[in-house]
Amino acid sequence: MSVEVPTSHRFPDNARAALADATLQRGLASAKLGFRVRRSEAAARLPEFETLRDEARDIKNHVLAHLDLYLEAFEQRVTERGGHVHWAGDAAAARDIVLAICRAAGARTVTKGKSMISEEIGLNAFLEQNGVEPVETDLGEYIIQLRGEAPSHIIAPAFHVPKAEVAETFQKHHKSLDPARPLEQPRQLLEEARAMLRDRFFAADVGITGANFLIAETGATVIVTNEGNGDLTQTLPRVHIVLASLEKVVPTLEDTSTILRLLARSATGQEFTSYTTFSTGPRRGEDLDGPQEFHVVLLDNGRSDLIGTELQEVLRCIRCGACMNHCPVFGVIGGHAYGWVYPGPIGAVLSPSLIGIEEAHHLPSASTFCGRCESVCPMRIPLPGLMRHLREREYGRGIPPAAQRWGLRAWAFLAKRPRLYRLATALPVRLLGLVGRRRGAFRRLPLAGGWTAERDLPAPQGPTFQALWNRAGGRRERPR
Amino acid sequence: MPEPSPNVALFVTCLADLFRPTVGFAAVRLLEAAGCTVTVPRAQTCCGQPAYNSGDREDAAEIARRTLPALEPFDYVVVPSGSCAAMLRLHWPALLADDAELATRVGAVAAKTWELTSFLTDVRGVDSVEAAYEGIAVYHDSCSGLRELGVREQPRRLLRSVAGLTVRDLGAPEECCGFGGLFAVKYPDISGRMVSDKADDIEASGADTLLAGDLGCLMNMAGKLKRRGSAIRVRHVAEVLANAGDAAPPIGESEA
Repeated sequence: MSVEVPTSHRFPDNARAALADATLQRGLASAKLGFRVRRSEAAARLPEFETLRDEARDIKNHVLAHLDLYLEAFEQRVTERGGHVHWAGDAAAARDIVLAICRAAGARTVTKGKSMISEEIGLNAFLEQNGVEPVETDLGEYIIQLRGEAPSHIIAPAFHVPKAEVAETFQKHHKSLDPARPLEQPRQLLEEARAMLRDRFFAADVGITGANFLIAETGATVIVTNEGNGDLTQTLPRVHIVLASLEKVVPTLEDTSTILRLLARSATGQEFTSYTTFSTGPRRGEDLDGPQEFHVVLLDNGRSDLIGTELQEVLRCIRCGACMNHCPVFGVIGGHAYGWVYPGPIGAVLSPSLIGIEEAHHLPSASTFCGRCESVCPMRIPLPGLMRHLREREYGRGIPPAAQRWGLRAWAFLAKRPRLYRLATALPVRLLGLVGRRRGAFRRLPLAGGWTAERDLPAPQGPTFQALWNRAGGRRERPR
Repeated sequence: MPEPSPNVALFVTCLADLFRPTVGFAAVRLLEAAGCTVTVPRAQTCCGQPAYNSGDREDAAEIARRTLPALEPFDYVVVPSGSCAAMLRLHWPALLADDAELATRVGAVAAKTWELTSFLTDVRGVDSVEAAYEGIAVYHDSCSGLRELGVREQPRRLLRSVAGLTVRDLGAPEECCGFGGLFAVKYPDISGRMVSDKADDIEASGADTLLAGDLGCLMNMAGKLKRRGSAIRVRHVAEVLANAGDAAPPIGESEA
């Protein structure tokens, strides 16, 4: 199954299904706690953590103000070192470029490191349709590839799959192995995946990885991983393709190191990931290993349209996942409910820009604006503010249901006219208070079904404060 | 030293006005006890969040623009809600930023707007109140107050002086209760699960009382607890601090 067709427009149904999925619910409850505690401890251990967040924000703001300059510098460095940079305006262009490189290399199988851009452009399904077999080598990605599922989290793609189901999946797909082998321990699952992947690494003609950074001053691309699969993916095959979106570029190695100090701490609570791999061009004459060809596919896919708009700040994102790990909505529905590649708060801001506000309009609305995402975002992206901006676009285009819009307009009409508002509210509130007095709360109330489906509505006390204040002769004007 | 007797405008909030006037009167009592002269300007309805958070920026800005003059003549504007206070303090300036003259005026009002408990402690230097309440309470930090205004210690400090009251923290104190204004009715299933988790946390604390500084969150949590048949009493923090516990039954409860 591919994720090319978004289901974000069905978000409420998706969410309902997720809430009813007991296995998913158990997994979410335990996983989110772990992420939060580890991030908070890692941040607390680094006294300059908050200062680093400011620096990182400033670095990316600078890059975004001079994006063309840094991208051209990056391209020049890559070319000087014998690599190739390919510019892809949209997903289809990126897929075609990758396929052309694979075909030129005569590739039959392609190993892949974890890449969200690959998910964004629906690369796996496309390669399969064209006779090239993609093999995911990140453990989580490998598991969901076997299961035909999409990632449910940007750094933990198999977040939604419990251990026992991983074992079942391996039993089903690794038919050459003894069916009686023990698969209860995570270690056993890991060893088995590693053993199964070993030959795939050697057989692959092309290796595809993502990139966490593109460094303009050196032409290097950087990936961070915990399994070492990325290194095998990019050093063993003859051809290495890096898939990256434009905004991954940073000016210098120094800048890379500043942001790296935030990335793993924000993501998994590690100080650094186990592997941080820099790739600078193809193998040189004196090198002992490395690919013969080095290609970087730079994907735009709507991002450059965000430059200079209210949404530009979302391009600072370094895909650490902290926003979703701390999001109370993601925490109860998981990633698949969002219906496209990027879940959680970052997805709520990014998806409408990439797949359209009509498709993704629920996502920015499905937030309580609790602000926790912004409070943990290492790049200080004002996610609730950006979601609010998207709600303004949605409202401006008349996407919310008519009843909702008219209700809001009627309310706003009154809220702008205090005298009328008092007249209009006093009596209904009074009546509601009288009716609700016996029980103190309503179990059901016409027009309040959304509220009372889940909880009682506490009854008003009776007269409004404004009425009571008048009655008590309370002060209305500032004393001289 | 705090000023001798500042003139304070009470911004009542629409929920306290319509659903729970007790909160407004408790706020008045606390402010007067802290030496303030309290006025309730007539020309106020709501801070505009329902429009602002629904993408109706124009109406939200208009509400802010029309309410502004009523609040300008005062030394302070005090709000018994973290989220409405944050709306006035942080978001009104953003809404009216385009007009230079209005921007200056709204900036001045924003700068003198405070959430009730933090006004009492941080501006008026209050560190204890004359109040008694028998019970064990958990205090829920409402998201806007906590993250937009840094209200955390202030209500707890005041609550510590209430005779007979023990205050506990929730297991997940930073977790949203799932209210989120219109979110609660637009996405009832998600909101319902969030407030259900919150209710679990509240019940696990062993407290008999739930306190918070925002009526929206309180009505959400009280509504869920009531639906479950829980006996936990739910009140706005101002009611307990102002010793107004007998003035009205807890939120969602009937007269005896």
